[in-house]
Amino acid sequence: MIPWLTIAIALPAVGAALVWALPRTAAKASPARAARTAEAGGAAEAPAGGGGVATAVRPATTAAGGGSAETAKRITLGFSIATLLVVAAMALRFDTSRAASLQFEEVHPWIQRFGVHYAVGVDGIALVLILMSAVLVPLVVLAAWNEHDDRFDGGRGYFALILVLEAMMIGVFAATDVFLFYVFFEAMLIPVYFMIGRYGRGDGRSAAAVKFLLYSLAGGLVMLVSVIGVYVIGGSFLWTDLVGEGSALAAVDPATARWLFLGFFIAFAIKAPMWPVHTWLPSAAGASRPGTAVLLVGVLDKVGTYGMMRYCLELFPAAVSWFVWPVVGLSLVSIIYGAILAIGQNDMMRLVAYTSVSHFGFITLGIFALTAQGQAGAALYMVNHGFATGALFLIVGFLVARRGSSLISDYGGVQRVAPKLAGVFLVTGLAGLALPGLAPFVSEFLVFVGVYAFHPAPAVVAAVGVVLAALYILWMYQRTMNGPTKEGLTGLRDLSARETWAVAPLLALILVLGLYPQPVLDVINPAVERTVGIGSGTADAAADGGSEGASGTQEEEGDAE
Amino acid sequence: MAVTSHAYLAADPAVATAADSAVLSGAWLLIALPLAGAAILLLGGRHTDKWGHWLATALPVASFAWALLVLFDLLGRAPDARGVSVPVYQWFSVGGFEAGVDLLVDPLSISFVLLITFVGSLIHVYSVGYMAEDPGRRRFFAYLNLFVAAMLVLVLADNFVLLFLGWEGVGLASYLLIGFWQYKPSAAVAAKKAFLINRVGDMGLLIAIMIMFSALGAVSFSDVFAAVPGASDGVLLAIGLLLLLGACGKSAQLPLQAWLLDAMEGPTPVSALIHAATMVTAGVYLIVRAGPVFEGAPVAQTAVTVVGAATMLAGGIIASAKDDIKKSLAGSTMSQIGMMVLAAGLGPVGYVAAIAHLVTHGFFKAGLFLGAGSVMHAMNDGVNMRRYGGLARVMPVTFATFGLGYLAIIGFPLLSGWWTKESIISAAFGVGGTEGMVLGTAVIAGAGLTAFYMSRMVFMTFLGGKRWDEGVHPHESPVSMTAPMVVLAIGSVALGAFLTLGDRFAGFLAPATGAHPHHFDVAHAFTSPYGLAALGVMVVGVAAAWAVYLRKPVATTAPKGNLVTVAASRELYGNEINEGLLMRPGQALTGALLLIEDKVIDGAVNGLGAGVLDSSKGLGRAQTGFARTYALTMLFGAVVVAATLAVRL
Repeated sequence: MIPWLTIAIALPAVGAALVWALPRTAAKASPARAARTAEAGGAAEAPAGGGGVATAVRPATTAAGGGSAETAKRITLGFSIATLLVVAAMALRFDTSRAASLQFEEVHPWIQRFGVHYAVGVDGIALVLILMSAVLVPLVVLAAWNEHDDRFDGGRGYFALILVLEAMMIGVFAATDVFLFYVFFEAMLIPVYFMIGRYGRGDGRSAAAVKFLLYSLAGGLVMLVSVIGVYVIGGSFLWTDLVGEGSALAAVDPATARWLFLGFFIAFAIKAPMWPVHTWLPSAAGASRPGTAVLLVGVLDKVGTYGMMRYCLELFPAAVSWFVWPVVGLSLVSIIYGAILAIGQNDMMRLVAYTSVSHFGFITLGIFALTAQGQAGAALYMVNHGFATGALFLIVGFLVARRGSSLISDYGGVQRVAPKLAGVFLVTGLAGLALPGLAPFVSEFLVFVGVYAFHPAPAVVAAVGVVLAALYILWMYQRTMNGPTKEGLTGLRDLSARETWAVAPLLALILVLGLYPQPVLDVINPAVERTVGIGSGTADAAADGGSEGASGTQEEEGDAE
Repeated sequence: MAVTSHAYLAADPAVATAADSAVLSGAWLLIALPLAGAAILLLGGRHTDKWGHWLATALPVASFAWALLVLFDLLGRAPDARGVSVPVYQWFSVGGFEAGVDLLVDPLSISFVLLITFVGSLIHVYSVGYMAEDPGRRRFFAYLNLFVAAMLVLVLADNFVLLFLGWEGVGLASYLLIGFWQYKPSAAVAAKKAFLINRVGDMGLLIAIMIMFSALGAVSFSDVFAAVPGASDGVLLAIGLLLLLGACGKSAQLPLQAWLLDAMEGPTPVSALIHAATMVTAGVYLIVRAGPVFEGAPVAQTAVTVVGAATMLAGGIIASAKDDIKKSLAGSTMSQIGMMVLAAGLGPVGYVAAIAHLVTHGFFKAGLFLGAGSVMHAMNDGVNMRRYGGLARVMPVTFATFGLGYLAIIGFPLLSGWWTKESIISAAFGVGGTEGMVLGTAVIAGAGLTAFYMSRMVFMTFLGGKRWDEGVHPHESPVSMTAPMVVLAIGSVALGAFLTLGDRFAGFLAPATGAHPHHFDVAHAFTSPYGLAALGVMVVGVAAAWAVYLRKPVATTAPKGNLVTVAASRELYGNEINEGLLMRPGQALTGALLLIEDKVIDGAVNGLGAGVLDSSKGLGRAQTGFARTYALTMLFGAVVVAATLAVRL
């Protein structure tokens, strides 16, 4: 049996190591580093017929640095594409008829004393999220190609961090050992911290990175308490041991279950990000390179909502009903508040971040409606949001690369000089406002239908978000793209071939998943049915096939190793 | 009577499938052809500049031809078997929820398809001439094709979710075309405004669909209508009112009317096709299509008639005061659609009248807009009627076609508008009682307003003295523009009689809508009190316009006016109301929340972050040192955590 998931995790990690192992060059560095670099550079260049002395001559150094950076980019792109191919091959072998149960499972003891395993496996939801991550990474690399050319390392460190992050993202979705999940969950912070703090934009990037770190660490520590609690009560870190009627964890008293639930939930709410613990995201996105923002908002934040489905709901079913209304309330605030704050932004990176606060409100709303449509919609929303918001960040990034600013007020009339850029911006924006025919509509609509079946009031309140979405997208588009072309923008380049290749796959996915989302739903639906109707009183609303799927799931989980 | 008449829709959803007819099972081609046109023109880029507009014109024509085949196929079936469901593929399904890309071919949908593709084709032809000089012509034709495709989805959908796709799709096309000259800030703002106000209506439609699935268990037409008899009054009322909200947005009915006049920023062919003949009538289509729901909710029906009547009068008043020829026509469109909405709110007695007026209006209003475009073409794109005058001699074809459209819309006897407007008047009075009197009188008043503002327009534009700007040399438009106008003028003259005489259209529509029309009695229309009243107000309206705008020379600048005319020319303060009730409170709320976000929610965290930064600065680190400091701190923390874990366990 091929260990697909381990390969998918290891491949980008190896790529990162290779990028780091590339000969170092020094454009501006401390004497100590220059010495190190001279050694390394000399060693690597000797076989190529160059000379170690080159590092002493400044122009040559720069050339060498550029060359190694170019190699670093190629390696990064190559490894990310290879990872995508591995993940795609794995997805093709995924048995849709058993989408509710874990597949491609690997379980190896890791720290035996604490019962920690290296255990990975995916159900339908984890699979589509891993696929989404693997699709986004090569596009981010492509979009960030020239972003760091003027840096001392030509961006080599940045590209290595991207690969490190990819390994961890796949790991966090694949982990089926709660402790392993926790390790990935926390370890992911490190590459992101450097991607913002060291490679970010603007003077505020250090502060933004610290804020991100403090928030995340705080959440992580709270979660750690719950992780330990789960082990103490459940007697295992293995997810398969912890869920189900017969598990020790299922027998825990409701009060304890609520505390454990809360521990996980706080960490996930911060990550998601949910109002009122969302403020790290706009700062982080505003200080991020667009590629970082794509991975941060498109993938990393999904760990929060994914965690709510996988850990909060499934580990502590007895506690869920107590949390439903508070979470629904916070989701609604997130939807409306995020949308209004988005309307009030002048910085496009921050604007898109706030739209994501609003969109994550829809996702958590769908999850906690506990209906089949709500949860399937939420799971699909995670994927669609990754593509749509990812594309939006990339396109804002193209603007930033041209003008050096992400402020709306610095733009105007771009449509006239760069019609293709404006066109993809508009299509992506329309995806962001959930226009039917584009992917996000399907997920948002399913959330609406599922939530209304749960209770009409939150659905009606959330529907206001539909109008606000039109305002924040189209107003941003109007101010940046329409009207007379602003002075200084007349020579603005239209999309380059590289940029086109970076966003075209996303636009194609958005369109295909908008018109034909059923294949993805076929993978998601069975997995979702596990958690449908967990809370009390809503089971009837979600009854359609949900109960059948749930019972079937239990058996299959028993079968799967 | 109303319920049973939906026999084929409600009784047995699987009653007819398209398998037996290649023409019907290929109904998806109706949509796919123009959609392919849009895709080719947009993705093909400049390579398609030379021939793109011809391809884009040919595709709606092909759709029209296919629609004719579909029509003949339907006519070859028994009346009760003319509703055919054409499944294309499953869009998405979760649990018990299913949304299919399924089409419903029936007399109602095919009537719309024929109107959309026929008028649409003519307007494509017209645009070849009208947009000849525009550098963005390819994009224009791509958007037009996109519009036709979306509009066909809207009317052919067999469930409310697919209808919603078409519904927002036409909204997108409308947005793109209003803002076609997006470098003009006014056009960009108008486009956004239209989309935004439409979204408010769309929100209503969206919630209506949620209620349908939750309370009725389905979203397809047949299943929803089948569930209506068992549904509670509250559910039907809620669905009805929310559908009405959707209709108000799309059809520019009060209180969501404010976008339509601004939408005239778009090129004139767009105003003709989207903002007169087809898209804005979608609200009427929705109300008639969802007839069983409204028939189960009398209060919602009353609301429909009230909205229709109010918009009819408001639109007429606005049209009477505007000097901009296109805005005056837009007010007229509001008014005429209000009349249709009113008729649709009457229930089965009004459906045929509403749809028939919709079809004839599609012809004469499109013709009037194309005529206005022809005039603007001649007048260097000027739209101010106070700078027109005496154009009849210079532009004979435009004058003749515009004149026939004018006579049709004011209800000149035996022209198209007369038949369909008379039908609405008699349907309104037919309700009986006070309600019938009020509604019937309102429609007659609306007809009088129509006669006034349309006469005013014709007098100011084509008759009287020349008040042209300097340097304007009007000329007749090329054949590619006048030919469509001639065709539409023929429809303006004859279509009403063709549809109304012998109950041809009413009988055709009956199985689809449950309409039960009464026989149209020509003699009665000339002798009945309300028929005479309608003729009377028409004459009064024309005479009043003559007295003000033809007998005396028209001033080249608008007079100061009194309270009423000022209110009318400011669109009855619709924009001011929106600004006061929504925009300014919204801005205040946004400002307040921005402040709260910054000072309260984020304030604490920022303080904490700043504190950490300060302490690290205290260590005298260089900037690159920050990252390392925190990495080390974090690593240290992780080690502590791991150690604690090891000890505890």
